[in-house]
Amino acid sequence: MATGHFIEGIAGGRLSSEQYADNFSDLHPPLDHHEALVESDRCYFCYDAPCMNACPTSIDIPLFIRQIATGNPLGSAKTIFDQNILGGMCARVCPTETLCEEVCVREVAEGKPVQIGRLQRYATDVAMGEGKQFYKRAEPTGKSIAVVGAGPAGLAAAHRLARHGHEVTILEARPKAGGLNEYGIAAYKSVDDFAQAEVDYVTAIGGIDIQNGKALGRDFQLADLMRNYDAVFLGLGLGGVNALRAEGEDADGVANAVEFIAELRQASDLSSLPVGRRVVVIGGGMTAVDAAVQSKLLGAEEVTICYRRGQEHMNASGFEQDLAAANGVTIRHWLQPKRVIAENGKVSAIELEYTAMSGDKLVGTGERLTLVADQVFKAIGQSFVPAHLNGSAEAIELEGGRIKVDAEGRTSLAKVWAGGDCIFGGDDLTVSAVAQGRDAAESIHRALTSNGRA
Amino acid sequence: MADIRNNFIGIKSPNPFWLASAPPTDKAYNVERAFKAGWGGVVWKTLGEEGPPVVNVNGPRYGAIWGADRRLLGLNNIELITDRDLQTNLREMKQVKMNWPDRALIASIMVPCVEENWKAILPLVEETGADGIELNFGCPHGMSERGMGSAVGQVPEYIEMVVRWCKQYTRMPVITKLTPNITDIRKPARAAHAGGTDAVSLINTINSITGVDLDSFAPQPTIDGKGSHGGYCGPAVKPIAMNMVAEIARDPETHGLPISGIGGITTWRDAAEFMALGAGNVQVCTAAMTYGFKIVQEMIAGLENWMDEKGHVSLSDIIGRATPNVTDWQYLNLNYVAKAHIDQDACIKCGRCHIACEDTSHQAITSMVDGVRHFEVIEAECVGCNLCVNVCPVEGCITMEPLAAGVLDQRTGKPVSPIYANWTTHPNNPMAKVAAE
Repeated sequence: MATGHFIEGIAGGRLSSEQYADNFSDLHPPLDHHEALVESDRCYFCYDAPCMNACPTSIDIPLFIRQIATGNPLGSAKTIFDQNILGGMCARVCPTETLCEEVCVREVAEGKPVQIGRLQRYATDVAMGEGKQFYKRAEPTGKSIAVVGAGPAGLAAAHRLARHGHEVTILEARPKAGGLNEYGIAAYKSVDDFAQAEVDYVTAIGGIDIQNGKALGRDFQLADLMRNYDAVFLGLGLGGVNALRAEGEDADGVANAVEFIAELRQASDLSSLPVGRRVVVIGGGMTAVDAAVQSKLLGAEEVTICYRRGQEHMNASGFEQDLAAANGVTIRHWLQPKRVIAENGKVSAIELEYTAMSGDKLVGTGERLTLVADQVFKAIGQSFVPAHLNGSAEAIELEGGRIKVDAEGRTSLAKVWAGGDCIFGGDDLTVSAVAQGRDAAESIHRALTSNGRA
Repeated sequence: MADIRNNFIGIKSPNPFWLASAPPTDKAYNVERAFKAGWGGVVWKTLGEEGPPVVNVNGPRYGAIWGADRRLLGLNNIELITDRDLQTNLREMKQVKMNWPDRALIASIMVPCVEENWKAILPLVEETGADGIELNFGCPHGMSERGMGSAVGQVPEYIEMVVRWCKQYTRMPVITKLTPNITDIRKPARAAHAGGTDAVSLINTINSITGVDLDSFAPQPTIDGKGSHGGYCGPAVKPIAMNMVAEIARDPETHGLPISGIGGITTWRDAAEFMALGAGNVQVCTAAMTYGFKIVQEMIAGLENWMDEKGHVSLSDIIGRATPNVTDWQYLNLNYVAKAHIDQDACIKCGRCHIACEDTSHQAITSMVDGVRHFEVIEAECVGCNLCVNVCPVEGCITMEPLAAGVLDQRTGKPVSPIYANWTTHPNNPMAKVAAE
């Protein structure tokens, strides 16, 4: 065992290089050909399949599985991509245990669903491995569309628009495309630079120009886009991180979990990435689990997730919670942060207060607990930052702090559509962002081409 | 404990499970292993006449089809009769029979349809101490092109003629093995009976092509780009074999003729079903070729347990028990009414019953009730066809429930009649024997 575990404070190089490589290898290794056949045999080809209905992109799951079983993985991949061009990433990051696999009739029958996610990965891996492109662009329409944000929603919208013959320009603030697929999501869910490979696969259709380092509100304004393009799709994601509202949270060693995850995803050498010996993560969602598990995998000795409500309220799925537990992360419930304790400006502990429900309101009980910590991650949710949108054009209508859209993704502004995490009423899942981007693209296409006819 | 000792036309074996004449019984090494594993008897792989033995192909001899998880459902083979020298086989048979006096050892024989040829081989076989002979009139591939195997089995006159020779030239009991590659199995069985056979055994394998290689466009198994039909066996042929066994068992002309049942027998249950339809014992091949000889242990224990559970003391309690219940369609009771019933607690809501019924049958199963996914039989539409039962992945979830006499059949709007009435008396039958009311 490497002795790096016991270095006090926030430090890198806690593990051997083999340990890093092993810890961050594929969480769900791909099914090989035989495994895929055995697993696909288990599918009952249900009528009006519950899995299909549970999928936000409505992939025809029984059909794609049957195509695997009959030795037609390319046909299977096309069935997937017809509905979800980011089917490869969704196969890796979807919380299938709360979507398709939760309602699989074999889950009902025997507590063991067909491994839909891994089968989807099998089929999409075959197609992407062969560089098989299924779609040809329609005749050019002469219309151009600006897509803001190269995340799942933007990429899905861009692909569908390009298919219909439109010219698409994607403006992305960060140096790379992919959005949370590239900068979010635990590293062990997307190995081998898959996010970039998928961006390349999606844009290979042609007609999609990605411009990196272009931030809305800084490098261009919404009004410019509305003037220069026939339509605009906003796939902005969430730019803000909620504050702890705990005293002393500006101490050294208190960081945003999303930034830690992004840094980890971009690190070329994991041993250079520092992590605390004792880490506390505040939050109860997927981001909290991703940050906690990865802290542990980077060699932190003690990692604790503190969540202010009960286990049943956690946004992290049961599978994610088990994953955390299996990796040695302690999850504690009914605790809210009150004060970050610092020594010499660096965090040394966090003081929390026990909570309880009083009627339907969460209240502190007054009882306190102090956990020793040299690093604290905030993972209590992200928020939409509307400031970038404003000032240049008439204000876009918001709801619940996010962009208000109708069922087709239309915002309150003519020519402007939106989708992904930045819109109100979503569930902050990659797969939902793909569905919204795709559907908004169809809506744009209809609007620009007289009901779909160019 | 149930007594499963078998006495088949005077040939005794400790259980009714014999290995059929086939690759697993080609030499002493295999047969010794089979007896050690517990098989009650063995039909030695078919002997040919004295002289240079037949030759086999040196490429694939078998083709197959599979079910889920690559479970072997059907096997096809183009292997011929033994390709070993006759004397070697006879010598080994004699030794094995001496080593295992309590087991049945039968010699399968196939020589040209010439009296002298049969007359010549029979004493040689008799000398081994074999308990009986089985006449191979069944193999559909290769040998049939030379006027043997199924080429004989397809001509009742030849069957009768050869059986007669064998009964004339040996004191050994004669079992006549029939080919299923004919239209009416009763004809060859009657011929064998007329020739004086002690028993028939069936089925031999069925002409088949198991697949086509879609790259080379060659049938499988493929030998240097070409394929020939082989003999099909394994679980897939069991229903065909059972029907043929039952046809012979219930044919007035052959009723009582002992039958050795063959065809896809894989478990004790399969064996019990064959015996219930009239087989005095069973022969197994594909199951052993798939899983090895040990499967006989499951067969022995399973049969004993079932017999104990049901109070059957010996095999005679079960042999032929189902035969009287096999009848012609025209005698089925048309006043019997059954309806499918779905056990909602067992239902996993896959919807296969619904779509099978909706797309291909009688629109008698719901998919949605009050906006909720729910599968329920609409009795007014259900004709009781049983398709839903067959496509349901959960055993026992959908059952066919008979309606008691007097209960209203919602489909016809009439109460169920207590009276047995079949097609022969039905008013819609122009040939009805009795005028309807």
